[in-house]
Amino acid sequence: MKALDRKLFRDLWHLRGQVLAIAAVIMGGVATMVMSLSTYDSLVTTRDRFYGEYRFADVFESLKRAPEPVAERLAAIPGVEQLETRVKAGVKLEVEGFSDPITGQLLSLPDVGEARLNRLHMKRGRTVQPWSTDEVVLSDTFADAHGFQPGDRLAAIINGKRKQLTVVGVAVSPEYVYQIAPGSMLPDLKRYGVLWMGRSALAAAYDMEGAFNEVSLTLARDANEQDVIVGVDAVLATYGGTGAYGREDQFSNRFLSEELKQLQTMATVFPAIFLGVAAFLLNIVLSRLIALQRDQIAILKAFGYSYAAIGAHYVKLVLLMAVLGVAAGLALGAWFGQGLSHVYTETTFRFPYLDYQLRPGIVLIAFGVGAVAAVSGTLLSVVRAVRLPPAEGMRPDMPVIYRTSLVERLGLQRWFAAPTRMVLRHIGRHPLKSMLTVLGIACACGLMMVGNYQKGAIDFMVDVQFRQASREDLGLTFIEPTSGRALHELAALPGVDHVEGFRDVPAILRFGQYRHRAAIFGIQPEGQLHRSLDRSLQPVAVPPGGVVLTDHLANEILHVKPGDLLTVEVLEGSRPVRQVPVLGITKQYLGVSAYMQQDSLNALMREGGTVSGAYLAVQPGSETELYARLHERPRVLGMVANQAAIQSFYATIGEFILFYNLVATVLAGAIGFGVVYNSARISLSERGRELASLRVLGFTRGEIAYILLGELALLTLAAIPVGFVVGIGLVGILVVAFQSELYRLPLILTPENYAMGASVVIVSALLSGLLLWRRLGRLDLVAVLKTRE
Amino acid sequence: MIKPMPVDNTDPAVFVARGLTKVYRMGEVEVQALRGIDLTLNRGELVVLLGPSGSGKSTLLNILGGLDAPSGGEVYYLDHKLTGASEAELTRFRREHVGFVFQFYNLIPSLTARENVAAVTEIAASPMRPEDALALVGLGNRLDHFPAQLSGGEQQRVAIARAVAKNPAVLLCDEPTGALDSATGVVVLEVLEKVNRELGTLTVLITHNAGIADMADRVIRLSDGRIADIHANAVKKRASELSW
Repeated sequence: MKALDRKLFRDLWHLRGQVLAIAAVIMGGVATMVMSLSTYDSLVTTRDRFYGEYRFADVFESLKRAPEPVAERLAAIPGVEQLETRVKAGVKLEVEGFSDPITGQLLSLPDVGEARLNRLHMKRGRTVQPWSTDEVVLSDTFADAHGFQPGDRLAAIINGKRKQLTVVGVAVSPEYVYQIAPGSMLPDLKRYGVLWMGRSALAAAYDMEGAFNEVSLTLARDANEQDVIVGVDAVLATYGGTGAYGREDQFSNRFLSEELKQLQTMATVFPAIFLGVAAFLLNIVLSRLIALQRDQIAILKAFGYSYAAIGAHYVKLVLLMAVLGVAAGLALGAWFGQGLSHVYTETTFRFPYLDYQLRPGIVLIAFGVGAVAAVSGTLLSVVRAVRLPPAEGMRPDMPVIYRTSLVERLGLQRWFAAPTRMVLRHIGRHPLKSMLTVLGIACACGLMMVGNYQKGAIDFMVDVQFRQASREDLGLTFIEPTSGRALHELAALPGVDHVEGFRDVPAILRFGQYRHRAAIFGIQPEGQLHRSLDRSLQPVAVPPGGVVLTDHLANEILHVKPGDLLTVEVLEGSRPVRQVPVLGITKQYLGVSAYMQQDSLNALMREGGTVSGAYLAVQPGSETELYARLHERPRVLGMVANQAAIQSFYATIGEFILFYNLVATVLAGAIGFGVVYNSARISLSERGRELASLRVLGFTRGEIAYILLGELALLTLAAIPVGFVVGIGLVGILVVAFQSELYRLPLILTPENYAMGASVVIVSALLSGLLLWRRLGRLDLVAVLKTRE
Repeated sequence: MIKPMPVDNTDPAVFVARGLTKVYRMGEVEVQALRGIDLTLNRGELVVLLGPSGSGKSTLLNILGGLDAPSGGEVYYLDHKLTGASEAELTRFRREHVGFVFQFYNLIPSLTARENVAAVTEIAASPMRPEDALALVGLGNRLDHFPAQLSGGEQQRVAIARAVAKNPAVLLCDEPTGALDSATGVVVLEVLEKVNRELGTLTVLITHNAGIADMADRVIRLSDGRIADIHANAVKKRASELSW
């Protein structure tokens, strides 16, 4: 081994504390990137494989009822590859020992043979036997939430008739990767389930013998989806079709792609912030580290080593540190990534398997970024050191010109003893270095705030959604639109405090080339339970005669502003198409909605005071009895209990986000400590001789510690408010990047966020101070007297 | 490009300096370090540069060694002009022809004695073995000690071994005994004397200690950036006979 390489390894060993701290910084950045990107890749790969293997359909349409032979006309539409008809029924479910309302979606399976499309992946048990009358397969989320095993029984109320069912299997379907009750904003695994049973049995119970009310199909290669949709629509219009739609509008897939889009953003923005900050910090730390080797560089030059050879030596030194950090980051990131992917598939997205992917490209990016950050930080210092004439390099640095600090010039110096003056003057003498240190520590603080920001934001989002806007305890859906008189019956039920009817109409909203498939909600203008909020989150009445849109829907999806005329293609009844003015914008963080006054919506539909469902305020304690009474009403189909929805939300998406936050927090902590420790450690190297000289002059260890650590403390304290500003900025980037149809994060930072950011910096500074205190005890005083300076 | 000295060269001059001046800017102060130096140094000589601190000896030595460039005047190494040479040419010049010994040894702390010497021999054209160089300075038994495990005199001898191991044409020593007590200093000077005698290396030695001047062939006295006088010692003293 060359002598210079030996120097390399000895230096690395000598600097091991700092090497580890620097590696920790890189590791933090790389691990965040690897975790996020690999999770995203894994979920996308898994989704594509699952969709392919289980023949997820391309186009879907629900209708009232069509005789089976119509299917042949549909299959004949050019561009249709394979087609399957089904019977689909909204049901209420009864599970023993669970009194809360449960909504179910019952789908038919072919009586004989496997389904052609949207096949089931059996996780447990078996599929239903041919021509069986009471066997069902349950979706795994619902089964797991209630602990159902093959052989267990439950009851379903189909079309008003109660039917006992036997669970024979538990399955996952590409159609229900994300399971959420229609009209609900959050998944509720206990109170919403998907079930499959034999077609003839379901048809008999639902009066659909020889007929179907749902069709799905795949497209031939080169087929134009829009043409097929128009063709299918034309055929089914007379059978009460509600508009064919592609995967883009398929419920589960839409949520899945929105969530993946979100994850992709997270996988880009988070690591970019983390890696960017890590690179910046690395740059600062390494440039100071190399500057300390100034005299050794001068000697190597005096020996006749070329610039290139010396540069290469230091580049190798920092590359080794970077490689160490990158390797650790890759390992940690891959480990976290697998954990995160599993949390995802266990809580939110039900895939039958997971293809964990760590693309070589990600590994290359990690090494590339680590190397560039490290080398760029070093080169500047090396070039600066190499450029110095060797004679000058070996000479001690010129005493820099100190001046009295601003505080002293203000006449406050009598309050400060000499050590304090040294601290102030040292900071003032190196304003750039002090500023970079402050900025470095501030970045660590800001990073920490980003790491745990989402928790508070989600709490706020849920609070706004469920305590300001959707304040009802229970939302009911009727089996079909009903006269408003039904509300009086509901109000008379025991335990019901207040009832508000609503009308919701599925529709496609169009403006120019923009479209959005959703429902228009007709609510009460003076409603107490379900309200729309203005920009400052105050409830505002929806004005009559037009729609009020969620800000995201208006600005980002439809690109309309108040005063514009929106085209509404109703997907119900006679499917009228109407022009409706946009009257206002409403603030909503979760989901997107279009609101009208119920009366205006009724007028638009040319109907009387019809309602689709009702919002209820319920007296605490009366839920059980009320649920039982509601259950007896055949016309009440679905029920969503808000409190339960919030709880299950925290158990699903919440768990995933908390996992991510925990990891991000740990990594931000690692970066923070790495930076603070290195800043402190390098200060000691830079000033060791000066401090030792002071010890020789009779200063105590405490007094020199005050000079060194006093500066660290001062810079740390200065960094905290700056860190808050950095944190707000970084969170701002996140908020802008994270806008999606599913949710928009509010720019809300809680006191806990600030506290976390400040405490990581303070704890790191205290720990570093402690480590330095030990080192100060080992200063070599004799060496100072012997050598130059 | 600076080439090695041709063997048939009959001119004994190794360094020729004409009208050298050097001005430093030290912070806000301008220091006139050299104020016109004319000088010739010959092959095989042991020359002592004598002068108080601030007289310009180190500056002169650094310019001769290609570590620093003069503000005015010219320096020739053999028939090659050092003034105006590029940084790469000066690097090459140092690598092939010059050995340095510094007052504070400037060993690389993370390398052993042998490795410190090897750091130089690895890039030299026809070096000695590091072990031989260390044996020459009497440290054949301390090859694997780190600088921190060696006394000041031993460290300086490692530095000398490091300087001579490449078989340089010239050995430039800046206060090599400045940080040492007199007994240790004598040992170091004996080593330098031995190298000069046995290898015939032009050795230039800076000191402010007049006692050392007696071991030189010629003594050049500097004062305030000028040469005050040059005299040749009729009788050279052995380094072992010196004391101060």
